[in-house]
Amino acid sequence: MKQKIGLTTGILLILTWCLLPVAWIISLSFKSQEAITNGSPGFFPSPGGTAGFANYSDVLADEQFRRAIINSIGISLIATTLSVLIATLAAYAIARLEFQGKKFVLTTALVIAMFPVVSLVGPLFDLWRTIGIYDTWPGLIIPYMSFTLPLAIWTLSAFFREIPWEMEQAAQVDGATSWQAFRKVIVPLAAPGVFTAAILTFFFAWNDFVFGISLTSTEAARPIPAALSFFVGADPFNRPASLLAAAAVVATIPIVIIVLLFQRKIVAGLTSGAVKG
Amino acid sequence: MAGINMRHIVKKYGDGFPAVNDVSIDVADGEFMILVGPSGCGKSTLLRMIVGLEDISGGDMIIGDRKVNDLAPRDRNLAMVFQNYALYPHLTVFENIAFPLRLAGASDSEVDTKVREASKTLELDEHLDRKPGNLSGGQRQRVAMGRAIVRDADAFLFDEPLSNLDAKLRGQMRTEISRLQKRLGITTVYVTHDQTEAMTLGDRVAVLKRGVLQQLASPRQLYANPGNLFVAGFIGSPPMNFLPATVRGGQVELPFGTVSIPAEKVRDVPEDKLLIAGIRPEHFEDASVVDDDKRAKGSVFTAQIDVTEWLGNQAYAYIPFEADETVKAQLTQLERDLDGDAMRNQLVVSLDSTSRISEGDQAEIWVDTRQMHLFDPETGDNLTIDLANAGEIPAKNDPEASARAEKTAAQAH
Repeated sequence: MKQKIGLTTGILLILTWCLLPVAWIISLSFKSQEAITNGSPGFFPSPGGTAGFANYSDVLADEQFRRAIINSIGISLIATTLSVLIATLAAYAIARLEFQGKKFVLTTALVIAMFPVVSLVGPLFDLWRTIGIYDTWPGLIIPYMSFTLPLAIWTLSAFFREIPWEMEQAAQVDGATSWQAFRKVIVPLAAPGVFTAAILTFFFAWNDFVFGISLTSTEAARPIPAALSFFVGADPFNRPASLLAAAAVVATIPIVIIVLLFQRKIVAGLTSGAVKG
Repeated sequence: MAGINMRHIVKKYGDGFPAVNDVSIDVADGEFMILVGPSGCGKSTLLRMIVGLEDISGGDMIIGDRKVNDLAPRDRNLAMVFQNYALYPHLTVFENIAFPLRLAGASDSEVDTKVREASKTLELDEHLDRKPGNLSGGQRQRVAMGRAIVRDADAFLFDEPLSNLDAKLRGQMRTEISRLQKRLGITTVYVTHDQTEAMTLGDRVAVLKRGVLQQLASPRQLYANPGNLFVAGFIGSPPMNFLPATVRGGQVELPFGTVSIPAEKVRDVPEDKLLIAGIRPEHFEDASVVDDDKRAKGSVFTAQIDVTEWLGNQAYAYIPFEADETVKAQLTQLERDLDGDAMRNQLVVSLDSTSRISEGDQAEIWVDTRQMHLFDPETGDNLTIDLANAGEIPAKNDPEASARAEKTAAQAH
């Protein structure tokens, strides 16, 4: 009993610590700009200081912000798809084949994942401007992929290694080509791994700020995190906090949707029953 | 449907280790062939070479009238049941069984008919919508078999299919496999290390040791006429007794005394040479329960009984003896080959359950010398073999090639 009370208090403390900022942002997004400038303590908007959904409609009416959302969704989805696709094939090869330089590939991948992002920004800025992909979608997709691929390859090769060899052999004896065996048996079994890798990749791409702000200059490719920092109202010394808060909430929604969609697919123990344990 | 003809099959791994060495087996159309041997004898490797999951280093693999050495598994039209079943966990039982049909592009109605037919045969009807994860071991086994029988495969291959089941279920599934094979009349190759399965299921049994084929014969022939010490020790439970023996003037000197042996048995046996005598436990009996008629056909000796075990339908008595060093060395080697338990220098004797012999007795034991085998301690060859009733023994057909194969196997170990 004592233990249970301790546990509950612990969980509540951690939840508060984690969710309070989120709750506060939501609260801010419903207050009017004047109320915030004048100082509006209290979690719930004071009477008269309520903005309702005005902030949200203002944000969504903003052309710059709409472009940023489209950029972010597009860039993140493309980076995720490509990265998961390539990582699936690479991880399968790493898990199943013996080839020269397998260890090298894995260690290099890890080294790249450890590389500090900031140190790459300068060279990339120069490089991208020379070859002409500065301030374009590919200019962001490529660095995102190079940072998320290693992680995805490591995650997926661990999943592939868990799948018994016999599954493919059985499929081949049943009349499948290597590709059919991979697509009809291995990929469905590795689905939890594929979705884990997809979520991780999407997070990275969606949350990135450093690349987003350094490798773009217009709304042609600027993603949300970078766009938010450019979100200045009429008065540069008086930033529109309530609008920013509404924009931040809007920016969080796709992540929540993606997580809810994907986490269903991450079911542990999908391989149970394949072979005698 | 087709026969499988293996001609001088060799499998060498990268380090030159020959896992399968010059094995020739001809499986007739519709025959149930068993590959048996202790672990590491190459039986599974041979099976995987038939199905195409393992490359063939040398020799010809002919299925029907096609040479399949370089064909991919999917082009060989064989069905295989894996040791751990290898069911597709993301598919229902129905889809698992239908998998090969769907790959072959069968129509939905054809898939449905065939799957339902197979599930009826295997009594899986009420499980068709379940996932393999929710099935018991025996049910999974049946699904794996369903996946095999649903296709019109040329042959079935089984890789130790029953080794993951408990003893009772194993017995049931064994009869089920046998019945199924008889009914479908399909060529079957079955790998096992369990000699009960080997003896009960097979039309013929191929005994392998370290990648070399020792003997290929019907279960009855293997039991009555083992080609060498290894086969003699491997087939039979409890195993055959091995004793030092010397033949002198139509009589065999055993550690317990001298017994007479039928003259035609020892025609090709050298006299005055130390040999190994092999006698199965059931060829002994308590002399007091043997009637006179039968008694005259064998010999009787007296021995000190060490331990007895009474099992209800029969009893075992254990009699220790002293073995000569040469014989001991050969028996130790044999025991290593069989990767079995340490064979103590003792005689295991099966007695009638009515026998009154008990521990510590000086008992009169009758031995059926007609059933005795004599082995050469150096080569392990059976000197008293009835070749007409021993199936194929590669070592007899081509002694040189066989000796070479044995030698490379011994060196690799």
